[in-house]
Amino acid sequence: MGETLSVAAIKNGTVIDHITAGQSIRIMKLLGLQKKKATLGMNLPSKSLGLKDLIKVEDFVISDEAAGQIAVFAPQATINIVQDFNIVRKYKVALPNHLNNILGCLNPRCITNHERASTCFSVQHIGKKVALTCNYCEKSFAHDAF
Amino acid sequence: MASKGFLSIKDFPREEIETLLAEAADFKREKPGPLLQGKILANCFFEPSTRTQLSFATAMKRLGGEVIGFGGDSNLSTQKGETLHDTIKVVGQYADVLVIRHPLEGAAKIAAEATNKPVINAGDGANEHPTQTLVDLFSIQECQGKIDGLNIVFAGDLLHGRTVHSLVYALQNYDVRLFFVAPHELRLPDALCDRLRRSGIPFSFHAGLDEVIGQADILYMTRIQKERFSTPVDMGWLGEKIAVNTGHLEKCKKNMRILHPLPRLFEIPQEIDSSPHSYYFTQAENGVYVRSALLQKVVQHG
Repeated sequence: MGETLSVAAIKNGTVIDHITAGQSIRIMKLLGLQKKKATLGMNLPSKSLGLKDLIKVEDFVISDEAAGQIAVFAPQATINIVQDFNIVRKYKVALPNHLNNILGCLNPRCITNHERASTCFSVQHIGKKVALTCNYCEKSFAHDAF
Repeated sequence: MASKGFLSIKDFPREEIETLLAEAADFKREKPGPLLQGKILANCFFEPSTRTQLSFATAMKRLGGEVIGFGGDSNLSTQKGETLHDTIKVVGQYADVLVIRHPLEGAAKIAAEATNKPVINAGDGANEHPTQTLVDLFSIQECQGKIDGLNIVFAGDLLHGRTVHSLVYALQNYDVRLFFVAPHELRLPDALCDRLRRSGIPFSFHAGLDEVIGQADILYMTRIQKERFSTPVDMGWLGEKIAVNTGHLEKCKKNMRILHPLPRLFEIPQEIDSSPHSYYFTQAENGVYVRSALLQKVVQHG
């Protein structure tokens, strides 16, 4: 059996598993967790993803809203809420209908790239594809363009 | 703090459009009374405009109101770095209705968030020009007696032409057949094509006007929007492919009418103006009546 990297268990907190490889640092910043006690695993072997990242954060319970925002960068992520070393809640992330102030608009002529303004994107599922439409300039982008 | 105004053609379902066009027809038949006496319109034009700016001003004055505003931002404190948000917030404290044209997409929405007065989008970058769509629909209805059942040809810069985008969007509510004539570089944006496919409106793409001119009830011409290109463009080569000429008018239907939101360049030569098919100057005149109906609705009920 090959060598394995052990990621320590946490007593109380949140484990975000099945993060798209390479996105964990971005997600830490997105959630504002840079000063929290956390363990990051990067490029770990995964049956479903091939490679994955992993985040374990002590004394932090992720909100449903934040979990939805993670879905932009890690669509296959799973959330595990841990209490007293036990997983008390486990769920897959899902994109919300709107993404507020998470993404910058890719249209250089959008007013949000020239003015101090929060961005807002509507999320649409068209078949297997996910399109994000900027509520200001009304341009749509493929989800994976971001 | 979002205001009730008119930011996007999507804000008006077909029923509301028809009510508005009927009122515009009344205003064309008979000059309205001073329905907006004591009210002030602020024309906030951060981009050049002739027709839109002046037709809004004329419409407001015909309704008994007053007009303030600007036609370029060279004298504004935006030169000192003031944001659009702050500019509109302050102007909204002076006026009862704001009309905004801006070179960046989404600007009208930012403006609507900055004030609780109604905001009308007079053009935001290459995105929309919804009041022009109302003028266009009015003009189509006026010269053809209907909109359903028509063949409408769009020619020119379909990529950047915001009047095209807005009008195509509105026409999804009608039973029409659309034809798009443009060089590949200036074709209708994919997102709009996808939307048309989902709506079931039949449409097709063509390289030249000759292919479709015989079928057109309406020929909607547009200018190549060189100010929207990120790199310089060869206007001559592009223009050859989309200009209308007297030869086309020999092959078209008797009822065919040419619309153009103006300004026009070489895509409609001046010799076409005297043809019974030209309708673009009547279309420009209609801007006053349509905008009068819109102002009356937005200021009194917004």
